[in-house]
Amino acid sequence: MKTTQTTTYDEMFDANGAVRPAYAGYQDWYGTQDPSWLRKQSNEAEGFFRRTGITFNVYGNDAGEERLIPFDMVPRIITAAEWRKLSRGIEQRVTALNAFLHDVYHRQEIVRAGKLPERLLRQNDAYLPQMAGFVPPGGVYTHIVGIDLVRTGPEDFMVLEDNARTPSGVSYMLENRETMMAMFPELFTRVRVRPVSDYPRRLARSLAASAPPAAKLAPGQRPTVAVLTPGIYNSAYFEHAFLADQMGAELVEGADLRVVDGRIAMRTTRGWKPIDVLYRRVDDEYLDPLTFNPASALGVPGIMDVYRAGGITIANAPGTGIADDKAIYSFMPEIVEFYTGEKPILQNVPTWRCSEPESLAYVLDHLAELVVKEVHGSGGYGMLIGPTSSRKELAAFEAKLRARPENYIAQPTLSLSTCPIFTKAGLAPRHVDLRPFVLVSPNGIDITPGGLTRVALKKGSLVVNSSQGGGTKDSWVLED
Amino acid sequence: MLGRSANGIFWMFRYLERAENTARLLDAGFRMALTRGDVASSDEWRSVLVTIGLDRQFATRGGEYTGAQVCNYILRDRDNPGSVLAMIEGARTNARMVRTAITREVWEATNESWMVLKDLLARPVRETNLGETLGVIRRQATQVRGAMDGTMLRNDIFNFARIGTFLERADNTARILDVKYHVLLPSVAWVGSSLDHVQWDTVLRSVAGERAYRWLNAGRMDARGIAEFLILDGRFPRSLAFCYEKLRSNMASLARDYGGETRAHELLRGTGSRLHQTSIESIVEAGLHEFIVDFIACNVDVANAVAQDYRFTE
Repeated sequence: MKTTQTTTYDEMFDANGAVRPAYAGYQDWYGTQDPSWLRKQSNEAEGFFRRTGITFNVYGNDAGEERLIPFDMVPRIITAAEWRKLSRGIEQRVTALNAFLHDVYHRQEIVRAGKLPERLLRQNDAYLPQMAGFVPPGGVYTHIVGIDLVRTGPEDFMVLEDNARTPSGVSYMLENRETMMAMFPELFTRVRVRPVSDYPRRLARSLAASAPPAAKLAPGQRPTVAVLTPGIYNSAYFEHAFLADQMGAELVEGADLRVVDGRIAMRTTRGWKPIDVLYRRVDDEYLDPLTFNPASALGVPGIMDVYRAGGITIANAPGTGIADDKAIYSFMPEIVEFYTGEKPILQNVPTWRCSEPESLAYVLDHLAELVVKEVHGSGGYGMLIGPTSSRKELAAFEAKLRARPENYIAQPTLSLSTCPIFTKAGLAPRHVDLRPFVLVSPNGIDITPGGLTRVALKKGSLVVNSSQGGGTKDSWVLED
Repeated sequence: MLGRSANGIFWMFRYLERAENTARLLDAGFRMALTRGDVASSDEWRSVLVTIGLDRQFATRGGEYTGAQVCNYILRDRDNPGSVLAMIEGARTNARMVRTAITREVWEATNESWMVLKDLLARPVRETNLGETLGVIRRQATQVRGAMDGTMLRNDIFNFARIGTFLERADNTARILDVKYHVLLPSVAWVGSSLDHVQWDTVLRSVAGERAYRWLNAGRMDARGIAEFLILDGRFPRSLAFCYEKLRSNMASLARDYGGETRAHELLRGTGSRLHQTSIESIVEAGLHEFIVDFIACNVDVANAVAQDYRFTE
């Protein structure tokens, strides 16, 4: 296995400092701008976000404290040709994810074929026995998926992570574009960028297409869609409200809902009104206190029974976490091939499963070079970045690894591509990733051109998570 | 719409209205204190606290009835859950909760009010900048109202917002009138004295009615005329009659929209018709204080009935 790349790929400039074709139009415009005016715009962007309330809450801080995700005004640009290849790869992967989910909750052919160890399902908290033998309305498991991509070279896009539960960040994709268009309208007349603004409409259409059997809609009647949020103190509350608002759907909390006549209904000023499709932004564990965590006040008692009886569509389906689990991730190349019969278009990052003795031995030997992640962790928490860790940190992590090897996977420290950010001293390269958003309905797969680019604002840092000092950029896919 | 959203928007506008009225009351108290000696002005500051119903809480805390202490307590004290800052925060929290029910402009105006006032009230307010601070509170409330008027669809959401506004305003006007009349005038002997005049001027100022009243009454200041103006004059936007006319129309619009009336409509009609069918003579004869106490209780009943009939909570 090749473990490291030595040179970093910069998305805007090649090794000789010449601008790459994707950025030619932007560079032309940038060169004619007054730097002091750009600095002023950059400072004003923050005020704009504060006023509009595009904030997120930080866990572990004082309740209610709201922070901004820093916004950088240099766009991340992808050519039409690059995007064509990416979207083919994403579509293939998302197709495989849904086929995999159907299979693991039914006959488990992939286990029978010897491509996936059974214990990965059996011993996995993300596997929900309540979903076994049940087909969600329209056969769709993951209505909304976020695929995290990293780039290490001109042709090398790799999938770092699949987000098949409740991927977030799409509101930033939309607001970043709004902000850019408000700040630099003339830029968009010079460079032709594919629009993202119809995402909420596509989301509404996609959710509506997955209505449950009980909906019994009259011709032309639209299903009732609601967004379930844990409430205003949730870190992504802004996004929940934003999407509900843009879709014209109700934004509900668990306390607004109850089972009425075999349906899930919301308490309205006119009485109880049944919901057809629930876009839930509440984790599986909290969804139904009767089935899962009995202490949960965020969910709806009895919703799983209603769901299994065809009374409501839950998006994403419960139990989809089994597909984006980091231990399963390492099998994605096999999974894609097993269900699509094709070679994967998008590569995985090479991954060592520490549950396997040989891999563990290798990982322990090369700890200082590797990134080690918790199988069930997210948000960049609980991970080790070998090259930037002290001896003491390495030793402490080694002890954790030896104690519970099955809890970890390891990957090479990738040299993520860089894209310039705007600093007081001009443009400066920083590492980026990309999360495109994918909608799945019985009618097909729909990928919004672009996505959310996250950027590590600290020089040299590889951590792009917003909870740890990362920022975001507008992401452009150019028109042909 | 969700019952919880109706509750949220109702309280969002009650909080905004109360914050604005509190600022007006402080402004009137401040003006009065400037024109009088120390002892008398401490009475005035106490009356401000009595009007908002915070006197007992303030006394327990052990403050002095000086302008600086009372103003800071009312505007920004963290121990005071009814402070103006707490109300603006309450309004903004409710706005966040009902974000999908209000327009972007209403949300931004509310959010901006909170941002501006949080900064402004981060440090103690000195007497030299009290006037400016109170002005900012009034202007911010005006902005939210303007955004509301200019951008919101006239549907049930709008009606619940207005019902919250006018129930709160009627309550506030009634309390101001009651406190000044019942608590402040030391005895009947003072009626007609210069103190009396100053007091009534303050009442009018605290409901932004001094110009309108003078214009209508050519400089005559008498208790009965002012009470009539604040209770019965349907042209004055902070009078009880005006508030109840607005409530009637917003509730009627809800009834049309929902295809029927509720118990709240019935209660509202009862209280509203009493304002219509009475005169200031009969009110004074039966006792102004008694009239107001009764009115405030009925107003609370209407609010509770609206919350119940429209399923604000489970």
